Amino acid sequence: MDEAAKKALKIQACKVRMGIIEGVYNAKSGHPGGSLSCTDIMTYLYFKEMNIRPEQPVWENRDRFVLSKGHAAPVLYSVLANRGYFPVEHLKTLRKVGSDLQGHPSMKLLEGVDISTGSLGQGISAAVGMALGAKIQNKDFRVYAVLGDGELQEGQVWEAAMYAAAKKLDNIVAFIDNNNLQIDGAIDEVNSPYPIPEKFAAFGWHVIEICGNCFEQIEKACEEAKTVKGKPVAVIAKTVKGKGVSFMENRVSWHGAAPNDEQYQQAMTELNAALAELEG
Amino acid sequence: MADIVKMATREAYGKALEELGKVDDKVIVLDADLAAATKTGIFKKAFPDRFFDTGIAEGNMMCVAAGLASTGLTVFASSFAMFAAGRAFEQIRNSIGYTHLNVKIGATHAGISVGEDGASHQCCEDIALMRTIPGMVIINPADDIETKKAVFAAAKYKGPVYMRFGRLAVERVFDEDYNFEIGKGVLLRDGTDVTIIATGLLLGEAIIAAKELANEGISAQVVNMPTIKPLDKELVIACAKKTGAVVTAEEHSIIGGLGGAVSEAVCDAYPVPVLKVGVEDIFGKSGPAKELLPIFGLDSKNIINKAKAAIALKK
Repeated sequence: MDEAAKKALKIQACKVRMGIIEGVYNAKSGHPGGSLSCTDIMTYLYFKEMNIRPEQPVWENRDRFVLSKGHAAPVLYSVLANRGYFPVEHLKTLRKVGSDLQGHPSMKLLEGVDISTGSLGQGISAAVGMALGAKIQNKDFRVYAVLGDGELQEGQVWEAAMYAAAKKLDNIVAFIDNNNLQIDGAIDEVNSPYPIPEKFAAFGWHVIEICGNCFEQIEKACEEAKTVKGKPVAVIAKTVKGKGVSFMENRVSWHGAAPNDEQYQQAMTELNAALAELEG
Repeated sequence: MADIVKMATREAYGKALEELGKVDDKVIVLDADLAAATKTGIFKKAFPDRFFDTGIAEGNMMCVAAGLASTGLTVFASSFAMFAAGRAFEQIRNSIGYTHLNVKIGATHAGISVGEDGASHQCCEDIALMRTIPGMVIINPADDIETKKAVFAAAKYKGPVYMRFGRLAVERVFDEDYNFEIGKGVLLRDGTDVTIIATGLLLGEAIIAAKELANEGISAQVVNMPTIKPLDKELVIACAKKTGAVVTAEEHSIIGGLGGAVSEAVCDAYPVPVLKVGVEDIFGKSGPAKELLPIFGLDSKNIINKAKAAIALKK
């Protein structure tokens, strides 16, 4: 990845983060921490990796994206808006009555959401179904999913993991957003899913470990994933919860809280400064 | 006189899937390690490339079904009612119901007639559970003919359908030209004193009950109600108005099933007594199905008693 490409992605990610803050601030609720942690992964997928048509959101041969950690809806909406699926201004309607931007993503209300999620563990199974659907119909679209690390406590994740490997689905890539925090605390204090790479390897997945806030490594993982045959791919991505907003970083209290006026101003000031530096 | 045809609705389900597979290559069938029992194995044998066994993981199976359906396939997902509607309720609710994806749940071994396996497998709550999911269609066929027609109708309908089948072989009620329509009940026998509305396994008992009631000078009409949701309210209310007393009969809890649905409809529009034949808020137990059904009041005798009681309650 050359410097110019990396810079362009960083600029996009910064704009996506602004959209997250804008949405959650206006909604006065939502999940900024886990949205900010996987922003770089999703920015890369939507701006660089996936074969999609924003002007034709349900194009049948599009690559699929499943936000298995559905509470990170603000980042999905912000990525979609910044990618041209709908106006960025619309992000201010997040969680409001009448909005298609539900608290957790709904495919019935918003084209561009490939499957409704919100109940943890279910998205990855649906993603496996999509990957199987591609194989059955001899279609070459790929399926990308983002899971939370706390989500790995749901037994269904491992049912899906076992099945994807058993069916040799090499057209699915699951990113684990390993920010190490869940509502009740650090994941290893609540109910440790560690060691994560070993678990996915034991379930028959090809495992790649990366920094999930580093574009070169995300790119490398996506490229490597495409070379893997006969196995699903798990990308264990170490991330920082709340990444990009200083006072939200690594703070469990920002899992599901909205910034007040002052905090909103500070977050936007920080993100605007970062953007100005990148664009400067 | 033609021989009496007896076949379990699960068997008819498997055969119907095979026939459906021949005419629709978008049909995919999933099972969770029960293909031999749910009879999806019949489809598997005919179309091995379109059959997928997810193993003993019903929650995953339902969401895999949703993912498959989202790519344009018509997906039938099967398990026992207990593990489909029961164990995987929330997966069905969120990934199939809320998304309104084109998944058909083929739930077999519903009710007490599971028999020897006992209470852990005797699901008498599935209709109640599925009824609470917005947009879910629920069909409980009474015989092999109705099963086949229901499977084809479900495949044609775009959206989630829950189909309920039994383990026990049942006598054929309908002939090949029977017209099945989702959401429509069928008046099988006319009467004036009481209406018996039955579904699934209890339809045969309802017909026997009506005949015996006639011998006692009581005119009972019999309605077959294969679709529990959306309920044929028009027919139910017309029956309430005509006979002034209703008995429902189903192999399900008296809470939340056909009896619940009929009571709600009647209560809203034209209140008359609605007595329920069903499992009386208790768990099942082991034993041969034929011996268990009367123990749980799932027979013509109980229908007759409830019919007389309903008539007595008329004002």
